[in-house]
Amino acid sequence: MNSTTYKIAGFGIKDFLRNKWSVLYSIFFLLVTEGMFRFSGQSSKVIISMMSITIFIIPLISIIFGSSYFYNSREFIQLLLTQPVKRSSVYQGLFLSVTTTLSLCFTIGITVPLLWRNLDNFTQQISYFYLVISGICLTCIFVGLSFLYSIYNSDKSKGLGMSILTWLFLAVIYDGIVLLIVLLFNDYPLEKVMIALSVMNPIDLARILLLINIDISALMGYTGAVFENFFGNFTAIIFSLTSLFLWVLLPFSLGMRKFQKMDL
Amino acid sequence: MINIINLTKRYGKATVLDSINLIIKKGRTTAILGPNGSGKTTLLKCILGLVNPYQGYITIDSKPIADSDAYRRNIGYMPQSAKFPPNLKVKEVLQLVNHIRNGNGHFKYGLLNPFDLNKEINKKIHALSGGTLQKLNANLAFMFSPDIYIFDEPTAGLDPISNRDFKEIIRKKKSDNSTIIITSHILSEIENLVDDVIFLHEGKIRFNDTLEKLITNTKTDNLENAIASIMEQNHE
Repeated sequence: MNSTTYKIAGFGIKDFLRNKWSVLYSIFFLLVTEGMFRFSGQSSKVIISMMSITIFIIPLISIIFGSSYFYNSREFIQLLLTQPVKRSSVYQGLFLSVTTTLSLCFTIGITVPLLWRNLDNFTQQISYFYLVISGICLTCIFVGLSFLYSIYNSDKSKGLGMSILTWLFLAVIYDGIVLLIVLLFNDYPLEKVMIALSVMNPIDLARILLLINIDISALMGYTGAVFENFFGNFTAIIFSLTSLFLWVLLPFSLGMRKFQKMDL
Repeated sequence: MINIINLTKRYGKATVLDSINLIIKKGRTTAILGPNGSGKTTLLKCILGLVNPYQGYITIDSKPIADSDAYRRNIGYMPQSAKFPPNLKVKEVLQLVNHIRNGNGHFKYGLLNPFDLNKEINKKIHALSGGTLQKLNANLAFMFSPDIYIFDEPTAGLDPISNRDFKEIIRKKKSDNSTIIITSHILSEIENLVDDVIFLHEGKIRFNDTLEKLITNTKTDNLENAIASIMEQNHE
């Protein structure tokens, strides 16, 4: 990344922060977190509830926002690329501006209600930290996927449709498929298969990361339990975190590679 | 000098540019004309590096453009329509492009006055009319005083005063020995500006010479009639 990347990202963030949807996104998380604290009163329950909301909402909003942004900015991207600038700098700048803004709005939204409350213990503070990290990783992954689809499809409806289908598959259908595999092949050793299946779904990885730390086996699900048994608590956290970071790099780098050759 | 060598561009099975060989001379104003879908914009985009050729290559002052992005420092481009980040202010868009070009633009005084953009400088993009956006677009093309200007349907959306001012600036740039490439459907608007004419039809060059020669060859009295004559010949 060079100074041009940061300049493009800086102006992009300025543009997004003035956008009413970014403000609404932040207010949404703020109201939900505040509401949870008021109704449940226990910070451990709030973090678990916020986790459930985060792993569903963040991928959906990120992938839709990313797609719409890329398609709506096509002429502006053209204008940037008619300047003496590398394509990779423009791509990185756009990616940074969208992910930074969404991550900032999410972090502010869930942090402000904590400012006048204390988290009960150190584990909850760590859980809150993992919640923020998973939220940021999911934002980067799904914005990266949305950019990738937008580069491959010049048709906006097609790109947006693919984005929403991806979210539906990873957030909803994937769990059903995993369950079906468990039911059909329960006579066979499935540990490694389950771990592989979890690694292939970033939403699953984020869920496992958060639940392993809180150590609630009832909510962990089959894959989470396999993860913990196979790796042990600490290694499972490191493994899921590393896998999430690799997931961030995958769609981003594939998108950037395709963007270098893209006709605009 | 821009040298286009054996340039072919295909989108799927459709050939948009078909083995184009062309020299755009330095210090001349060249009009690229043709019906819709003839490949004018694609040709401009190839020169700007926005579109990757299927075959062939382009050189500017004998250097292949595919080798580096730096050649675009010498190009000012004004597209058909402009879209900018809606929540940025006019001055921020100018600052952004100025930053990207390492701050050698003269946007504070330069050409904001001729286009009457100074009073819009603190307005957000979403508050601007289409015509004002086009003025901003023109301003971005002119503000770095490059050697080459590329205008794709530049006067579409400009009000009569801005249109007149725009042509005046083009004349000034011509006298400064700048290379200007222009496409337009309103031929009467560019007739007094152009030196050379390239006529494209179905991705192929049908005419490439001076305006005088075009008018003489077609035995007509102006650019509009001359182009109509070529188009009729192509239909036959």
